[in-house]
Amino acid sequence: MSSVFEYAPAPESRSIVTIAPSYGLFIDGAFVDGTGESFTTVNPATEEVLSEVSAASDADVDRAVAAARRAFTRVWGPMRPADRGKYLFRIARLLQERAREFAVLESLDNGKPIRESRDVDVPLAAAHFFYYAGWADKLEHVGLGTAPRPLGVAGQVIPWNFPLLMLAWKVAPALAAGNTVVLKPAETTPLTALLFAEVCQQADLPAGVVNIVTGAGDTGRAVVEHGDVDKVAFTGSTEVGKSIARAVAGTSKKLTLELGGKAANIVFDDAPIDQAVEGIVQGIFFNQGHVCCAGSRLLVQESIHDEVIASLQRRIGTLRVGDPLDKNTDVGAINSAEQLARIRELSDIGEAEGAQRWQPACELPAKGYWFPPTVFTDVSPAHRIARDEVFGPVLSVLTFRTPDEAVAKANNTTYGLSAGIWSEKGSRILQIANQLRAGVVWANTFNKFDPTSPFGGYKQSGYGREGGRHGLAAYLTGADSK
Amino acid sequence: MIGNDRLAVRKTYKLYLNGAFPRSESGRTYEVTDAKGHFRGNVAWASRKDARDAVVAARGAFAKWSGATAYNRGQVLYRVAEVMEGRHVQFCDEVAHAEGLSTSKARAAVDAAIDRWVWYAGWTDKLAAVLGGSNPVAGPYFDFSTPEPSGVVAVLAPQQSSLLGLVSVLAPVLATGNTAVVVTSRERPIPAVTLAEVLATSDVPGGVVNLLTGNAEELGPWLAEHADVDGIDLTGAPAGRAMEFEREAAGTIKRVVRPPATEPDWTADPGLTRMTPFLETKTVWHPMGV
Repeated sequence: MSSVFEYAPAPESRSIVTIAPSYGLFIDGAFVDGTGESFTTVNPATEEVLSEVSAASDADVDRAVAAARRAFTRVWGPMRPADRGKYLFRIARLLQERAREFAVLESLDNGKPIRESRDVDVPLAAAHFFYYAGWADKLEHVGLGTAPRPLGVAGQVIPWNFPLLMLAWKVAPALAAGNTVVLKPAETTPLTALLFAEVCQQADLPAGVVNIVTGAGDTGRAVVEHGDVDKVAFTGSTEVGKSIARAVAGTSKKLTLELGGKAANIVFDDAPIDQAVEGIVQGIFFNQGHVCCAGSRLLVQESIHDEVIASLQRRIGTLRVGDPLDKNTDVGAINSAEQLARIRELSDIGEAEGAQRWQPACELPAKGYWFPPTVFTDVSPAHRIARDEVFGPVLSVLTFRTPDEAVAKANNTTYGLSAGIWSEKGSRILQIANQLRAGVVWANTFNKFDPTSPFGGYKQSGYGREGGRHGLAAYLTGADSK
Repeated sequence: MIGNDRLAVRKTYKLYLNGAFPRSESGRTYEVTDAKGHFRGNVAWASRKDARDAVVAARGAFAKWSGATAYNRGQVLYRVAEVMEGRHVQFCDEVAHAEGLSTSKARAAVDAAIDRWVWYAGWTDKLAAVLGGSNPVAGPYFDFSTPEPSGVVAVLAPQQSSLLGLVSVLAPVLATGNTAVVVTSRERPIPAVTLAEVLATSDVPGGVVNLLTGNAEELGPWLAEHADVDGIDLTGAPAGRAMEFEREAAGTIKRVVRPPATEPDWTADPGLTRMTPFLETKTVWHPMGV
């Protein structure tokens, strides 16, 4: 630990959450046992087993899709749109009421700092439901003609980095548009989705409108490939995204994909350096770097490289890595042993390829999955750490001399999810923002999200948008839409 | 066109690639007949290499075309309509022969094709307002979204509607700022070659449109898997092959327009359906106050 700031422990109590020893699947409004092999979910900060969770077999997924179809045909589809909206408003309010419980559970199951689950994940999840609730009876204004229709049953597969928030991004627009859903949470982070199922019960949401099938890749595949699913939405790796796109080829399923990224965070010599350093830290160490839009490639104008790196290292030295439930923690645990192994492997490759590794002096807890904040300098665009998504707290630093070179390097990737620009010159920001091939550009800020703001990638970062009016179009069809 | 005893000067039907009219690098041609089976010409038979050259040309033209002002793109597309109008008789003759239509039906198709360019010309500077806007985020940020072109789009043009169908799939790709590699109708390519001559004289920069006469069945897989193609319209994919092309396209996460079960009525109002598939949404955030 750095000696700059000594803090007494300030742990958030976990007593607000009751975790059952085991969980079933949530199908047709009730918890039922799955027929697949159960698996455990652990606290990545301690390796403590939190609960045993059912895995949904093909037959279970079949039942979930059938329940969703029935609910779509008989209840949710025919329902007055204003009433659909009221259910979503109820869910938003319930999430707010139980926010602390969700935050603690999310940090336990995922390893992210309570400061983030409490201040970002959970409030944004509630905000998404509140936002889309209001759309439910205004669909004729979405821009898809006067009578847009829902697609039917949506099969949704979400990742482990923002478990509840990704659920909200998927479920809220789907339900607002009049679809019903079968959602598969990530294998390592199923608990907040199962707590969300309780919220659906408290809201008296009609049975079958939301179905949650836990499991690993096989369960996800069963959801995606199910013949009675009309829409597939996936957030996760580009590799899995490609296999999903292959699987739905030749069907009439509508597909949206939110995949990986390797965002450039560009710092010009006229940037406010202190602000930029805060933004760089926020860009790569937020959520341990388990962020598809993380600013993992720092592009610094050559003339200010040394100054920025010195300042950055000073700032990183003050980050507190440790207990996710401690309110002072900045960087929590890596989500799984598997992810930790990947981060280690790519970092070792970075060193082997000739980049310089820097890590602050920091004590890591003895148990659990941990990786310290890491900065690589002397990185060339050909290095794997400049090309591959690490999905961890690892920053690669490259330099540029001219704005054209910055743009060329920023765009030199198969990804195109996000990018950052730091400069005090407005005209430069707008010009560079124009030239970047990325779906979200943060200028003089980074990693900001809002339900009203469309999010999604160019190129191999996927297609379709989540958030805003655009997010609804992914769940509707009309005279004017495909 | 043929005077009393004057021998007509026949045209060599070539590809349209990077603003020029080369033969296929393969040296191949294939015989094209009219709907009644009468010889119309030996048409260049584009190869895989031609398709790859076309992608290079389209990529090279992308920055300038997508970076042009929407007003400028609109004027260029309107200019295409103007120049087509001047070739009205020629198009009517070629469409009638290619599709076996009566003179009046061929004229209706040509009229609709020209009007479609005008319609899309008017869209270029309205898309951002209709599809984008500012987003009222809950914080001190200015946040706005704009539509941007996906990049290079491969188009397998309809096999039946040789001109109206072709224009209906090409014009939206251009209006949105994308550049195009088009594989024309195999049996009915001649109106497409004439359209290429129109494009070449309408201020459309070279490389923005590349028209390959040949076989979508042969070129489709290469374009579907090509790593520098961002999107593919499978409308003219041969029956039974579209699923395979879509699977190939998945390898690079291409934006895909699936083919309809049968060729649609091209005279119908297309709405936004042919523009939104090849548009990305870019969202830009900037703090306010600090």
